Amino acid sequence: MTNLFEYAPAPESRAVVDIAPSYGLFIDGEFTEAADGKVFKTVSPSTEEVLSEVARAGAEDVDRAVKAARKAFEKWSALPGAERGKYLFRIARIIQERSRELAVLETLDNGKPIKETRDADLPLVAAHFFYYAGWADKLDHAGYGPDPKPLGVAGQVIPWNFPLLMLAWKIAPALATGNTVVLKPAETTPLSALFFADICRQAGLPKGVVNILPGYGDAGAAVTAHPDVNKVAFTGSTAVGKEIARTLAGTDKKLTLELGGKGANIVFDDAPIDQAVEGIVGGIFFNQGQVCCAGSRLLVQESIHDELLDSLKRRLSTLRLGDPLDKNTDIGAINSEEQLSRITALVETGEAEGAERWSPECELPSTGYWFAPTLFTNVTQAHTVARDEIFGPVLSVLTFRTPDEAVAKANNTPYGLSAGIWTEKGSRILAVANKLRAGVVWSNTFNKFDPTSPFGGYKESGFGREGGRHGLEAYLDV
Amino acid sequence: MSESTEARLSVFKTYKLYVGGKFPRSESGRVYEVNDAKGNWLANAPLSSRKDARDAVVAARKAFGGWAGATAYLRGQILYRVAEMLEGRREQFVREVQDAEGLSKAKAAAVVDAAIDRWVWYAGWTDKIAQVAGGGNPVAGPFFNLSSPEPTGVVTIVAPQDSSFLGLVSVLAPVIATGNTAVVVAAEDRPLPALSLAEVLATSDVPGGVVNILSGRTAEIAAPLAAHQDVNAIDLAGADEQLAKELEVAAADNLKRVLRPQPVDWSADPGTSRLTAFLETKTVWHPTGSLGSGGSSY
Repeated sequence: MTNLFEYAPAPESRAVVDIAPSYGLFIDGEFTEAADGKVFKTVSPSTEEVLSEVARAGAEDVDRAVKAARKAFEKWSALPGAERGKYLFRIARIIQERSRELAVLETLDNGKPIKETRDADLPLVAAHFFYYAGWADKLDHAGYGPDPKPLGVAGQVIPWNFPLLMLAWKIAPALATGNTVVLKPAETTPLSALFFADICRQAGLPKGVVNILPGYGDAGAAVTAHPDVNKVAFTGSTAVGKEIARTLAGTDKKLTLELGGKGANIVFDDAPIDQAVEGIVGGIFFNQGQVCCAGSRLLVQESIHDELLDSLKRRLSTLRLGDPLDKNTDIGAINSEEQLSRITALVETGEAEGAERWSPECELPSTGYWFAPTLFTNVTQAHTVARDEIFGPVLSVLTFRTPDEAVAKANNTPYGLSAGIWTEKGSRILAVANKLRAGVVWSNTFNKFDPTSPFGGYKESGFGREGGRHGLEAYLDV
Repeated sequence: MSESTEARLSVFKTYKLYVGGKFPRSESGRVYEVNDAKGNWLANAPLSSRKDARDAVVAARKAFGGWAGATAYLRGQILYRVAEMLEGRREQFVREVQDAEGLSKAKAAAVVDAAIDRWVWYAGWTDKIAQVAGGGNPVAGPFFNLSSPEPTGVVTIVAPQDSSFLGLVSVLAPVIATGNTAVVVAAEDRPLPALSLAEVLATSDVPGGVVNILSGRTAEIAAPLAAHQDVNAIDLAGADEQLAKELEVAAADNLKRVLRPQPVDWSADPGTSRLTAFLETKTVWHPTGSLGSGGSSY
C-alpha cells in the first residue's frame, strides 16, 4: 500500500519570498521597535527553523498604536465611501499580485500545506477585501438605516490557524465602514500580517489607519482593555473569549467573538458514501484540524457505520503527510509545540477513557511538530474527545439511529459554530438544518467559505457574524 | 526631436462598431460625419443598419449564457478591470469628451473620473445586489423559500444623447453587472467616446458579445431592436418623447421590460434602480420535512 503512491518531491520554491532577519511593530505607518525593546522568534513549525525575529508589543506600544489609530480615524471616517473603497480595491489587487509570495510565507510560518494557502487562504483573502471594498460606498443600502456611522478604533486579535485570512475578515469590513484598526496577530504566526503592512504601504493607505502589533496574550489583553478602543473583535479560544467579555463588561465597547467549536458531521444512510468520505476528510483534516468550524464529531447512522468506516480508513491511508511546501502534501505540521502537546494530551485522555484509537500507517518527520491523522471509534457523548475541542487532526466517531437522535447528539455541546449533513434527501437536509443550533450548516459539502456568506457561532462559539452584508454590523454604530 | 514632432502628421483612427468582441465596419458600408461641439469635423463614424442591429442581438444572445452563469465575483473583477483600463486611457477620454460635449478640460476630466468611479461602484454591486434585492421568505408552512434576482437577458440600451460618456457608462454598467448582455445605440451626434470605450472593454476581460456598440441614427437602429423578439428589455434613456413612445409600443410585442427616459443628473449617486430594472426575481420552494419536536430544545 505505502509504495503504491510514491511521488517524487515537488516543493514550491521558497525564492519567491524574502523574509527579513527582523521585523518591527507597524505603528502609524512606520516600522518601529517595541518600547521596551523586547523581541521574539518565529519558527517554521515543520522544521523548527527560526524564520525571523519580531518586535514584541507591550502595553506602551498598544497605547501608541491606539493613539495613531484614533488620530487617523477623523480623516479616514470622513473620506467619501467611494474613496475608502478604492483603497481596499487596491489592497485586494496587490494581494492577488503577491499571492504566491504570501502563500509560501504563510506555509513557512504556519506549517499548513502550500496546496491550502495557495488554493484556499490567499484567494479568499483577496476576495474578502474585494467584497468589502464594494460595500464602502453602499452602506446606505445595507439595511442598517441611512448613513450608518463607524464606531471608531477597532482592536482586533486574531489566531494562528488562518493568519492572513483572519486578518482579512477583521480588517476589510472595519476599514470599509470607516473604522481604523489596531490588530494583534498570533505570536506563532506574525509574518503575514507584517507583510500586509507593506501592502498597505504599496496601496498608499494613510498612516495610522492600520496598525499591526505582533505579540503575546498580554498585548492582546492590552488591546481589548484599552479605554480608547471602541470595538473589540476576537477570534480564538472560548476561554479567552469569555475573559474578554468580562473585561468589556460595563463599557461602551462593541464586541464580536468567533470562538471554538465541536462541529457535528451527520451522515445518513442514504448519503453517497464516497462523496461523504471526501467531505469528512476535508471537514476534519483541512489545516490539520486546526479549524474552529472543523467537523470533529462524525455522527454516522448505525446501518452504514462499518461500510463508511472502511472507506474512511482506506481514504486516510492515502493522505500524504510531510513537507508543507510540497505541492502533493495533504497534511502539514501542527502549528506549535504547545498545540502539539495539547492534542497529544487530549488523545491520550481519549484512549484512557476507553475510546478506540486508529491512525493509518504514517511516518512522521524527525524535526518539527507533527501529528498523524487519527480516528476514535466507540466514542460516547461522555468521552472527553467527544466534548472538548481538540483543534487537531482527530476525528471522534459516534452513531445514531433516527434523525431526531442525530439532531439531539449534534446539539449536545456548549458550542454551536458549524455542522454538516449528508443525505440525498433535500427535505431531510432542511428539516435537520432547521433544528441544528449552529451558525453555519453545510449540506453535502463542508468547510466552504465565501466573503458574501456570513460566518459565526451560536452559544459558546461566540456572537456576531463575519462575511456578507451581516458582517458590516459588527463595525457600525447600529 | 522637438522640431520633427511639430512637423509630424498625426494618424487618424478609423472608428468602428463593436459586435461580438470584434470591430467590424457597418455591413451597409455607410458612414456619417461626426463633428465637435463647434462644428469641426472629427471623424466618420459607421452608420449602422438594421442588419448590424440584428447581428449585435445574435452576438449578445450567444454571450448571455456564459456571462449570466459567471460568478458574481468574477463579473465584479471584470468590471473593476474596466475601471483600471480606463484609468490608463484617461487622457484620451478627456480629449474625446471635451470634443464631443464642448466642455473645458477640467470639466471633461471630472466627467471621465466620475465614469471610472462608476465602473468601480457597479463592480462592487455584482455580488451584493442579491443580498439587497433577494432573500428568504418566512412562508407559513414547512418550506424553504428563497427569492433571488436573475438577469433579464439581452438588453437594448438607447444611450443618453447629452452625456456621451458618463451617461453611457451609467446606463451600461448596471445592465451588465448583474449578468445581462447589452446592445448599445451610442449617442447619435456624439458616438466617439462610446466607440472608444469598446476598445477598453475589449482589453478588460469582458467576454466578446457581452457589450455590443452601434453608432448611427438612433431611430433607425432602435426601431428594429425594440421590435426584436430575442431582445428582453430596453432602456430608453436617449430616446426623445416621440421615439420613446414608439419604441415602447414595439417593445410590448414580446413584453420587453422598458425603462422609460427620465431626467437624470449623471453625476449624482446612482442608487440601485438601474440594476433592479433589468432583473427577474426567481422564488424557489422546497419542503423542509419534519422531525417532530426532538432536538430543538438545546
